Amino acid sequence: MKNTSLLEISDLSARVAGKDILKGVNLTVNAGEVHAIMGPNGSGKSTLAQVLAGREDYEVTRGSVTFEGKDLFALPTEERARAGLFLGFQYPVEIPGVNNVYLLKAALNAKRKAAGEPEVDAYEFLTLIRHKMKFMHMSESFLTRGVNEGFSGGEKKRNEVLQMLVLEPKLAILDETDSGLDIDALKVVSKGVNSLRDPRRALVLVTHYQRLLDYVVPDFVHVLSGGRIVKSGDKSLAQELEQRGYDWVTESRVA
Amino acid sequence: MSSKSQDVQALVGAKYRHGFVTDIESDALPPGLDEGVVAAISRKKNEPQFLLDWRLKAFRHWRTMHEPSWAHVHYKPIDYQDISYYSAPRPPANAPKSLDEVDPKLLATYEKLGIPLHERARLAGVAVDAVFDSVSVATTFKEKLGKAGVIFCSFSDAVRDHPRLVERYLGTVVPAGDNFFAALNSAVFSDGSFVYVPPGVRCPMELSTYFRINAAKTGQFERTLIIAAEGASVSYLEGCTAPMRDENQLHAAVVELVALDNAQIKYSTVQNWYPGDENGVGGIFNFVTKRGECRGRNSKISWTQVETGSAITWKYPSCVLKGENSIGEFYSVAVANNYQQADTGSKMIHIGRNTKSTIISKGISAGHAANTYRGLVKILPSASGARNFTQCDSLLLGADCSAQTFPYMEVKNPTATVEHEASTSKIGEDQLFYCLQRGISAEDAVNMIVSGFCKVVFKELPMEFAVEAQNLLSVSLEGAVG
Repeated sequence: MKNTSLLEISDLSARVAGKDILKGVNLTVNAGEVHAIMGPNGSGKSTLAQVLAGREDYEVTRGSVTFEGKDLFALPTEERARAGLFLGFQYPVEIPGVNNVYLLKAALNAKRKAAGEPEVDAYEFLTLIRHKMKFMHMSESFLTRGVNEGFSGGEKKRNEVLQMLVLEPKLAILDETDSGLDIDALKVVSKGVNSLRDPRRALVLVTHYQRLLDYVVPDFVHVLSGGRIVKSGDKSLAQELEQRGYDWVTESRVA
Repeated sequence: MSSKSQDVQALVGAKYRHGFVTDIESDALPPGLDEGVVAAISRKKNEPQFLLDWRLKAFRHWRTMHEPSWAHVHYKPIDYQDISYYSAPRPPANAPKSLDEVDPKLLATYEKLGIPLHERARLAGVAVDAVFDSVSVATTFKEKLGKAGVIFCSFSDAVRDHPRLVERYLGTVVPAGDNFFAALNSAVFSDGSFVYVPPGVRCPMELSTYFRINAAKTGQFERTLIIAAEGASVSYLEGCTAPMRDENQLHAAVVELVALDNAQIKYSTVQNWYPGDENGVGGIFNFVTKRGECRGRNSKISWTQVETGSAITWKYPSCVLKGENSIGEFYSVAVANNYQQADTGSKMIHIGRNTKSTIISKGISAGHAANTYRGLVKILPSASGARNFTQCDSLLLGADCSAQTFPYMEVKNPTATVEHEASTSKIGEDQLFYCLQRGISAEDAVNMIVSGFCKVVFKELPMEFAVEAQNLLSVSLEGAVG
């Protein structure tokens, strides 16, 4: 094990609306690693992502999480983001009338300001975003549209990855970023995600299917079921799950 | 972002910025209202007989009327005998003839409000009429406007210098007995602004009036009359502020607009009367009647309002679309925070053929506030081919506020098209979380989401005022979330 892991989740339990969802999750993510978290519907995958990002409705009942050695739960949501934790949303929300680029520039500058770096001006930012948009095969019209306003499902996911590329997080948690994508869009999104792989960064892919993992090959695969990680392995675990279904793991655990 | 967010930060904590009182001697009538008071007001202003008669008729009618109770607002009964109906900064006898004669304290007041009446106004290219308590103290740019043939002056000056125009148009859009507050205004109005744009003239600059209530226990009853003759066009903006006081103060204004053939009037309001404190103590009762008549064919009247102030707002800027092909528009952002109550909306009365109207209303509620949209679209049998589009959106910040929508429609012509869309959304926990997760502070996120929500209305404001409106919004919603 390295001296300090990027993310260290110990015995994490959380509930929402009085219902226990996470029941003792343990997970260590080091810089340079790509982890996939798989599992059946309702197993707590999205809850884990939301709890890490700092969504208020979720109550942490037990356990701890450190991010770069520091207590993650001591930081409010926006400070976690500025510290380099990024959540790619499963259902990116529409914010009518708020320019897509305006939000992104505000986000980048908030992060730079927190890091004591100078803010980017409009011109610099436009150059940067145009470059990234081209990489993500996005049309110029994204510059002027409202945040996710009227975007198709695929456009929303592409927009999430674009934001990730601009913000260059240390830890990106992508919550079902592959759902609702056709094969071409999946390739573009995967290209974007892969471009961020770096020895200083880590990715956590929350996904239902093996499909994404053909393009973004994980170092570790975990199965979350009933609020716990019930099995961990390498990429071959994902393939096995694809063939045998989740029942195989959840049953083997019971047995 | 950063400079903007700093602006917001600076504004936050500023609370109500205009809550100071100017220590100035004033000539006020004692509280109370009877025919003698009405006559005294008229006498103070050396009014012609027709106006005194008109006032008295309105007053007699008012006494037979009852305060309306249908609005979705609640307040203790107003004691109309406990209000002073006239307050003027001294010297009252003769209004100042030029800015140099205006009391420096008054000029300083307007400077503090960000409405410089001297050079900066000249640079901004906006002609300003400033109304302090009951009287108009200064009108800038009179000469330049005069060259274009535009009359822009205080109502009192108009009565003195252009009595025939006043007599011809006064009360033709909002009759003296129209409603309880309009009747009261007709009886006791003390000043206001008057605009006449002659045929074929595009008014060369934005016109604007700033209203300020200063004296305690006074009501402000101003009257604005704007006439755009054939082919004329004018853009007019009013802004309002008042000191912070524990008692409620009554503001009952009347605005009448007349657009003749091919004329256009754009009327914008940024209303920031003192809203009361966070416990709902004090604040202005803003009971206002605003109506425009598209009297001529192809004429157009457009109302844009940003309402952030007042304890209670009761106001329905309306368009009577008489002329063929005439157009009425209403764009509104109404914000209610803490214990503010707003019951506002618009009426579009279609009389002429192929008349068109648009209503876009954005209501924002926060704290314990109640925000109501109330609108009427009426298509008369004569209005063949009339069209209306109405969109009412409400945004709720927090769990203790409320929003209601009462859209009334009366369609008496089968060829008419009426469309209505409405939505109510909570400031999305989801939207907020999304912004926070991107590293944006809650304060900035709320400002961003709210301005996005209001964008279509702000777009309609004259550019100089769009920024002011945006800032006002930030201040009004300070602390509404988080």
